[in-house]
Amino acid sequence: MLTFENVGLRYGVGAETLRDVNFQIEPRSFQFLTGPSGAGKTTLMRLIIMALRPTRGLINIFGKDTAALSNEDVAATRRKIGVVFQDFRLLDHLTLYENVALPLRVLGREESTYRAEVIELLRWVGLGERAHAVPTILSGGEKQRAAIARALISQPKLLLADEPTGNVDPTLARRILRLFIELHRSGTAVIIATHDLSLMDQYEDARRLVLADGRLHIFE
Amino acid sequence: MKMRGVLCLPTAGFTSSNEQTMALRFWSSSRPAASDVDEDAEEIPSQSALVPADSVAGRSLVIVIAIMTFLAALAANVAILVADASVEWRSDVAREATVQVRPVPGRNIEADVKDAAEAMRRTPGVREARVYAKSESEALLAPWLGEGLNLSELPTPRMIVLKLDAENRADLDKLRMELERAVPNAVLDDHHVFIERLGDMARTAVAIAALIFVLILAAMAVAVASATRAAVATNREIVEVLHIVGAADSFIAREFQRRFMALGFRGALIGGGGAIGFFALAQFFAQRWRATGGGDQMEAMFGDFTIGPSGFVVIFLLAGGVATLTGYLSQFIVLRHLQRLG
Repeated sequence: MLTFENVGLRYGVGAETLRDVNFQIEPRSFQFLTGPSGAGKTTLMRLIIMALRPTRGLINIFGKDTAALSNEDVAATRRKIGVVFQDFRLLDHLTLYENVALPLRVLGREESTYRAEVIELLRWVGLGERAHAVPTILSGGEKQRAAIARALISQPKLLLADEPTGNVDPTLARRILRLFIELHRSGTAVIIATHDLSLMDQYEDARRLVLADGRLHIFE
Repeated sequence: MKMRGVLCLPTAGFTSSNEQTMALRFWSSSRPAASDVDEDAEEIPSQSALVPADSVAGRSLVIVIAIMTFLAALAANVAILVADASVEWRSDVAREATVQVRPVPGRNIEADVKDAAEAMRRTPGVREARVYAKSESEALLAPWLGEGLNLSELPTPRMIVLKLDAENRADLDKLRMELERAVPNAVLDDHHVFIERLGDMARTAVAIAALIFVLILAAMAVAVASATRAAVATNREIVEVLHIVGAADSFIAREFQRRFMALGFRGALIGGGGAIGFFALAQFFAQRWRATGGGDQMEAMFGDFTIGPSGFVVIFLLAGGVATLTGYLSQFIVLRHLQRLG
């Protein structure tokens, strides 16, 4: 599903942030991506979603070399990936309903065809009563759940979550993790970037991808 | 809590792991029927624009577009008015010709004038040949020679003004030959030099108006391009989120186009309406000032400021064109910007 071969990334003329990164993500797999702050977890995520291009190496996603993708192909590939950002990236001028519906709206679907799905999902993440609210009046936990709902609405093949429990209390963090595990069981490959060791300890079956000094170490 | 088949969906979410599991199974295996959530669905408002209205310098842009549309409509209609007026001037002048009978020693000028007038009246295409009396001919010289002079001793030329038939045009060469045979000291002036000058002047005025029109549209395009770039910069985060959720560049560009076309339409409506109001006022005042000297000159230049159906069509087409241009130009600029970002 996703392959990194000898990937390196350098910002400007400085040292490489990521060096010779090699790994594969299989369908229906679950992995934590961890490492100290500044190790490059978010950079690696951005490479996966093609928001950054590697300085060297090969990234192959869903059977296609990302270097050879046109802008339209990049957009089509991103539709198969759900992303939960550490800072949520919700659009403040849209309601929660509109934020969650965004991936379906960009597909050009008529609103009437997805309205029920979005409301159902909002209800499911505990935000059914907040569908009309704008993100600015929500708590961190609510925003986190809205961001997760947005990532899930298009039923992605690959889910990336960058510090998804960074803004929530331990109880909610556990629930969010359970949600990701269930998603994984239902067929989605999951990558969770976190430096929360206690979170990783809650699911010991997961692979651990550890970034340190720009290199990736894999613990099966 | 709603029941659907074997599924039990939580209404507050994240309430228990059991419910999550069931919900996930539900989510991954089937979709809810719209009828199951109709009550909530009815409360959801129509979708907001993805490019927020307040993120675009909308008011300034609407004002700029309104002013530009107004000026462009003015330039276009002035060009039409001058072109129409010039056709009238030329046709008025072309319907007249003048015969000048010069006094020559040894010839009776009164007899020459009479012979020339009769020769002209006989010629097909001449509706009328009016002989200017000696006093009238002398009066024509007064503006150059001054009032109160006794011109009776001077050999002043005499004038015959011909009214030509607009439909049955006279053959001017034949007319000239006829005149030369009847009165050798008479000269026919068909005003062609004056007509050519009038035509040149009108064409120049129309060309200048057209140039102003094009420059105004170009200035407006620059303003729209600049506002679009500013809007893209202001909405950088929105563009980034849209990209990440899988929006194609063309989708994002269309969102900007929609916003800018709405602004363009508002501006064009105000500007076009202003132009119609301006011409209505101008027509009103032109009618009131018609009797004055200045009013006559204005009327000679622009007619009575009645823009007529063609003028209205031009304004409506211009307003529509401005709105469309604004929308598509912004779409093009956004698309190019996004493609450059790669």
